[in-house]
Amino acid sequence: MVRKIATPVLAILIFLVLWELLVWANDWPNYKMASPSDLPPAFWKYKELFFVMGWQTLWRTVVGLLLAVVVGTLIGMIIGFSKIARDALYPLLVGFNAIPKATLVPVISLIFIGQHDFNTILMAFMISFFPIAVSVGIGLSTLEPEYRDILRALGASRFTIFRKIALPKTLPEFFGALKVSATLAFIGTNLVEIVSPHGRGLGALFKSGETNGDYPLMFAVLIALAVLGILLYYAVIFLERTFAGWADREGS
Amino acid sequence: MAAPISKGQTIENLIEIKGARHAYQTASGPLPVLDGLDVSVPSGTFAAVVGPSGCGKSTLTKLVAGLMKPDEGEVWLHGERVTGPRKTVGMAFQNPVLLEWRTILDNVILPLEIVAPKMPKADRIARAMQLLEMVGLIGFENKRPSELSGGMRQRASLCRSIVHKPEVLILDEPFGALDAFTREDLWQTMRDLRAAEPFTAVLITHDLRESVFLGDQVIVLSGRPARTQYVMDVDLPADRTLDVLFTPLAAEMLHILRDQIKIAQGRAEKVDA
Repeated sequence: MVRKIATPVLAILIFLVLWELLVWANDWPNYKMASPSDLPPAFWKYKELFFVMGWQTLWRTVVGLLLAVVVGTLIGMIIGFSKIARDALYPLLVGFNAIPKATLVPVISLIFIGQHDFNTILMAFMISFFPIAVSVGIGLSTLEPEYRDILRALGASRFTIFRKIALPKTLPEFFGALKVSATLAFIGTNLVEIVSPHGRGLGALFKSGETNGDYPLMFAVLIALAVLGILLYYAVIFLERTFAGWADREGS
Repeated sequence: MAAPISKGQTIENLIEIKGARHAYQTASGPLPVLDGLDVSVPSGTFAAVVGPSGCGKSTLTKLVAGLMKPDEGEVWLHGERVTGPRKTVGMAFQNPVLLEWRTILDNVILPLEIVAPKMPKADRIARAMQLLEMVGLIGFENKRPSELSGGMRQRASLCRSIVHKPEVLILDEPFGALDAFTREDLWQTMRDLRAAEPFTAVLITHDLRESVFLGDQVIVLSGRPARTQYVMDVDLPADRTLDVLFTPLAAEMLHILRDQIKIAQGRAEKVDA
């Protein structure tokens, strides 16, 4: 247990030391690259803003991600169960996913003008639902027919088969995708926060650092974002262990 | 064959397939798999079905389970025309398909959740434990399938297939992926289960010794499209042991079956050196 926590902490410390050395050895000014020792003062100076903005980024990301879970699972179910739907929807989904989401920021901020919270959540959702939809779809469509036949031969309804077999069997794939989606959702949130004028959240704080030439603040925001990303990632891991721990053969 | 079958004629045979024909629709046209399949399995007996690879044996199990309908011909269970799935069927496959997220006990209970949703939990557990004891899995009931060996998983799968006391048990090569010793162990387990739990069974297999050891009759299917080529009654005692396979009588039966398989494969004229 001690080793489990000590190892990554040590790795982070080594990373920070190397970073500090890199800046020091090249004698870079902090407008070129801030060093780790510049960060604590920056955090301290804006500590209240970090909490307020960090919370805004976090809750909008989580709401967007929850939306992605619901809609992604539904789309996954549709393409997983119906071959026609799969043939019809796949090109649309892949095409939509291929669009760089930054290009959509001006589009949605024009459609939903002034709805900053809504736009941010929408972007977090749009960027993160795809992995969930695809993995649930694949999980369902690759279910071995014998699994279905055991219950089908007893006259079980499609819904019962889904609830008792297809759904739990797809959970490991679902959580695998959710880890990817959780980090993607942060990118979506920040995209809107940075690009839209008078935005809120950590992205807006980053932008204000840039406007005011406060470079340590910009780096501090990046670190704060990384910390939030790690938190959300491990929250997903916790859920995975709780609901799909059976798939982890090592642990049992 | 075309004459209508009255209920009275079929009641003694629990499973009755008459003149079944079926073709699968594929991209390159219809692929006939069954062409004149006749199977009669009297109540409480065990029918072993053998035949060349890909001859349509699994299609036969789907017909009996009511998972599909033949293009032509009739399937009767207990004097009733089969038109869809029914709760009185149990199935086990070569792949044990146990649910990894459930314990062995909960896997065995699964059919009861569908067939007898109102059955008290304690009764379900008692019933499942009774079977687990019969197959020697006591002490493993709270393990996950991934913690068990292949033979033990197949034992659990057998328990699941009969936990709801089905009238008809469909076994689609359940011992096919096991090593020879484990397989023989499971044959004996199957024999003991039959003695304790009355059911009528259809066993699909590639193993002639298995068909003779477990079957009351052995049905040989021809190559695809399958028809009933040969039916052999196995006149061996119900409490047979593995030793029976080394008797002259069994050797003779195995010989006949082997010749029939060669005919089914279309290789009858070739002489073995």
